[in-house]
Amino acid sequence: MKKKSGFLTQLKEGILDNNPVLVQLLGMCPILALTTMVSNAIGMGLAATAVLICSNVLISLLRKFIPKQVRIAAFIVIISGFVTVIEFIMRAYVYSLYQSLGLFIPLIVVNCIILARAEAYASKNKVLPSAVDGLAMGLGFTFALFIMATIREIIGMGSFLGIPLFGDFYSPATIIISPPGAFLTLGLIIAVVQKIRNNAEDKAQIAKMKAQAMGEAKEEKDA
Amino acid sequence: MNENINNVENEIKTDGLLAVSPSPHIKNGITTQKIMLHVIIALLPATIWGIIMFGAKAAVIVAVSVVSCMFFEWGTQKLLKRQNTVSDLSAVVTGLLLAMNLPSGVGILIPIVGAFVAIVVVKQLFGGIGKNFLNPALAARVFLFMSWSEPMAKFTPIGVADATAGATPLAILKDGTSSMDISLFDLFIGRMGGSIGEISALLLIVGAIYLVIMKVISLHVPLSYLGTVAIITFIFPQGGMSNLDFMLTQLLSGGLMLGALFMATDYVTSPVTAKGRIIFGIGCGLLTVFFRYFSNYPEGVSFSILVMNALVWYIDKATKPRVFGTKKAKAEVAKK
Repeated sequence: MKKKSGFLTQLKEGILDNNPVLVQLLGMCPILALTTMVSNAIGMGLAATAVLICSNVLISLLRKFIPKQVRIAAFIVIISGFVTVIEFIMRAYVYSLYQSLGLFIPLIVVNCIILARAEAYASKNKVLPSAVDGLAMGLGFTFALFIMATIREIIGMGSFLGIPLFGDFYSPATIIISPPGAFLTLGLIIAVVQKIRNNAEDKAQIAKMKAQAMGEAKEEKDA
Repeated sequence: MNENINNVENEIKTDGLLAVSPSPHIKNGITTQKIMLHVIIALLPATIWGIIMFGAKAAVIVAVSVVSCMFFEWGTQKLLKRQNTVSDLSAVVTGLLLAMNLPSGVGILIPIVGAFVAIVVVKQLFGGIGKNFLNPALAARVFLFMSWSEPMAKFTPIGVADATAGATPLAILKDGTSSMDISLFDLFIGRMGGSIGEISALLLIVGAIYLVIMKVISLHVPLSYLGTVAIITFIFPQGGMSNLDFMLTQLLSGGLMLGALFMATDYVTSPVTAKGRIIFGIGCGLLTVFFRYFSNYPEGVSFSILVMNALVWYIDKATKPRVFGTKKAKAEVAKK
């Protein structure tokens, strides 16, 4: 029972409360470069998630053997090993996706989310929680990529997953799928997320204050 | 609960018996609303000229742009629970400037999207009036230009006499294959293709003189901007024209007059000191000529003003005047 709730909170933490992209602002390079099409974004997100889970598990297993002084190098070796595996798998089974992601697959090695989770979580926790953490953070990353790519593909290309949504009367705003559009969209999404978080925080604080001075607050409300 | 706090604050302010406020204590009655009204009056002649030249389509674009700017200003402030500033007319000025920067054939969607970018993204998200670091109308124009480059660069020819079929003087100069057949006088009074509000240099200058007389703008930015462009284009003419002809054509065509007189002089996005304004104007001029000579686009006014907008903070910092009675600490300046 306790384990299950821990699993769920970890998932929620990774996808919403502590989303690696929208809250921690990690992994900016793929989120800016690969969100012109939803299919690319999902492919990238899942590939990174797979690497993240595997590397988290292995690093967690080896956490007592890796000397502290060379831990970063060791993490990178482990991560790049898994990235190579994923790259070959993608090349064998989803060749078109492999081609459209191109250089960004090997670049998963230097994705800061993966290194950050290895350093901050997997090297300090047991195997199972580390695996769940990898899954949660990976899904959070995929979720952010998906939202951003959905917005950019619909506005910038007038399609979703390659299917055209509008007729001829809508001519897409090409700036959204060009690099400046990536920064604009990301900035706006982060602004909205921050606003929601701030509101939630305010509400929590107000609730706290209300609880502290219940009677007074009630009188004020009535007045 | 928040409302209660606000009410208490208002009561203290409106009490009137004992008003406590920081300096300045002597006020001359100039409000944002009055300044914006002057700017609108100054912009009207050129706008009306554009509507006369391009017809009802242009009037529709101006109306749509102004109304949607005001709507987005009102809507965002409502949504973010900010004090409403629609009545200070700054949104009207933004809408007017945006419409003046659009060609007459863009349709209705483009001005609405432009108003959204100008007011919501560039102005309100950065904190509202006085806090935007880019000129909203210009940023929106560049956004639209990068999004819909084809309709944004399609300029309707005026009347039948003009055989230029939509190409602006600058595009002809850039192209270099066909020769200019618009006289300098036509350029000056505004008988050419272009955006709605930018074509008549004469009426824009009249509007700017009105603003200078009303002490709304200072001459530092326009003079240093136009002067820089004039000097460089006089020294380095292109396309086989004589020095003077080329210089005047460059000065009178494109968005240069509108940009130098009304966009670069925007209070929020230009430096505070006279020295800073001159640096700002020269920078704008250099970049404009650079873009016109070397970039893929025939026009570079909006890009150059936006680049300089982004540098205003540094210019202000570098030209900060010495506080009276203190010595210039050289070592400290060097350190910074």
